[in-house]
Formats: sequence, C-alpha cells, structure tokens
Amino acid sequence: MTLDQTQIWIVIAGMAFGTFFIRWSFLGLLGDRELPQWALRHLRYTAVAILPGLIAPLILWPSATGGEPDPARLLAALVAFGMGMWRKSALWAIFSGLTTLYAVQYLLG
Amino acid sequence: MTSEQTTTKTAFWEGYRDCAPFILVAAPFGLMFGVAATELGLSLIQTMTMTVLVIAGAAQFTALILLEEHAPTLIILATALAVNLRMAMYSAALVPYLGKARGRTKLLLAYFNVDQTFGVASVRLPLEMQWTVAQRSAYFIGGGLAITPFWILFTYLGAAFGAAIPPEFSLDFAMPICFIAIIAPALRTLPHVLAAVTSVVAALTLSWIPFSLGLLIAAAIAMLVGAQAELWLERRKR
Repeated sequence: MTLDQTQIWIVIAGMAFGTFFIRWSFLGLLGDRELPQWALRHLRYTAVAILPGLIAPLILWPSATGGEPDPARLLAALVAFGMGMWRKSALWAIFSGLTTLYAVQYLLG
Repeated sequence: MTSEQTTTKTAFWEGYRDCAPFILVAAPFGLMFGVAATELGLSLIQTMTMTVLVIAGAAQFTALILLEEHAPTLIILATALAVNLRMAMYSAALVPYLGKARGRTKLLLAYFNVDQTFGVASVRLPLEMQWTVAQRSAYFIGGGLAITPFWILFTYLGAAFGAAIPPEFSLDFAMPICFIAIIAPALRTLPHVLAAVTSVVAALTLSWIPFSLGLLIAAAIAMLVGAQAELWLERRKR
C-alpha cells in the first residue's frame, strides 16, 4: 500500500504546529485567564474518549490476519489491559501483553 | 559564580532527576512508534521529523492509524490534535508558576510540556514556592532534557532496525498494545471508565460514516458522557 507523500508531510507539519500551539497557548498567549469549569470537565476526558474507539477495531479485526479475529491478539489485549489497570503501569501493560501474544502464538503453533 | 546561578543549576538537575524514571516509559513507546511508522511506510526522515517536533506518542500513533485508513488530511489533523488538547489544560495550570518567564524561555517550556514533565512539575513546583522563576524554568527544562533525548533515540532505533524484525513477532500489534498501555492506567475514576466504554461502543457503531468521521463523533459523545458522569457523581456526594 502506498501513502501519499504530500499528505504525510502536511500531517507532520500540521501536528507539529498545532501541538506546539496547544502547549504554548496559556503559558505564552492567554496568560492568567482561568479555564472555565465546564471546559476543564470535558478536557479531562479527551484522551480516554478518543483512543479506545480508535484501537477497538484494530484489536477485534487485525489487518495482519486479513481482518479475522485472532485468539492470540485478543488474549494479549485483555492481559495488557488488565495488568495496566491493576498495576497502574504502562510498562506492565506492554510487557505482559507482548509476552501473552508470543506465548499463545507459540502454543497454538 | 553567584549563589543565584548555583541554585538555578541545582534546580535543573533536580528536574532531571525527578523525570529520569519516566525514561523507562518514553523509551519503549518511542521504540514502538519507530517500528510502527516504518512498518506503515514512513521514511526515516518523516518518522524522525514527526517524533522530534510533536513528542506526543498517542497523537503520533493516532495519525499513523488514520493515514493507513486513508482518511482525509483534515480529519487526521483534527483527531490527532484533539488527542493533544489535554495539554492546553497543562499550559493553563503552569501559568501561576512559569507565566512570568521570558518569552523565549516560554517557547522552550512549551516544547517540553509533555505528560511526564507536567505530571512531575505539577507535584513539585507547588512545594517550592520560594524558587525564582528562573529556577522553576530550569527545573522544568531539566525534566524535558531527561526524557526527550531518549524518546528521540529510541524512535530512531525502532525506525532504523524495526524492518529487520521478522513478521513472526507480530509487530503490527505493538501499536494496539501501546494504546492499551496508555489507556488502562488512565482509567482512574468511574467517569473515565464510562467515557472509554462509550468511545468503543460508539466508534464501532458509527464506523459506517465515511472519512473516519465516526471516530470524532464517538469521541465527542464519550467526552460528554465522562463530563456528565462527573457532574452526577459530584451532585450525589452533596
């Protein structure tokens, strides 16, 4: 599959500029203005509102298996999720998830 | 050397030391991003440009997924930047401590305003009210300089050597695992959990909407659910 080179560069430039502007916004431009409560209340949930919906299809129908649900990947996702929540740690999630993936793939041949 | 300079230097190394443990988190994410980006077909230059200028793993992975889905450029930018909107909150929270820094220093502070540096600084800075603005800035920049070089180095290692890893290692799944690693520890409260569940259900239900717009709509609904759940819990407490 080929990607549009121009699109990639526009995405990189837009993300670089946009992200920097977000990080600089209040510190450099808006100063001591308080964010209203309702705005804070919604901003708190931006990441957890987008990322789960983004990856759910990748976990249920991975393209590497031609879109077929794959037991090894499903189990790895579950273990990573459980460990990440239990230990409150990203490292635990990554290592337990990858270990499960390889172990199940090995067992199922 | 005056004592003022000495303490600024001390503050810098304090920031460096406080943020150093998070190298352990940044390094694997960087490595995985490098692998995933080259796997998708980004060149080494493109991968490194993005990683150096954006330094935000979740948004970078988001862009990769949507590029692969051939989503329109505007949708990719809107979704990836929405993932980073939380940093406006960080920026506002830093104003009482760093708002009086010089304009040029603020550019550097903004560049290093990532999840880990903010998380560490938002705990330490309120405890050190006697610090000058120069010392606070030095502390923050020290934290940024602890993490960022490793983030960049490990992205490079992933991008340069990822192609040599055979397909048996299923590195396509590195990206979903990374996302899970970002999301799971963030589900601290009931509203966070409800927002995440809504996000999954709505995204799957709305996936028929063209141009990957379904995800943005799902995200808006999930954000509302999180915020409303928070309000509801607050009212019940009283």
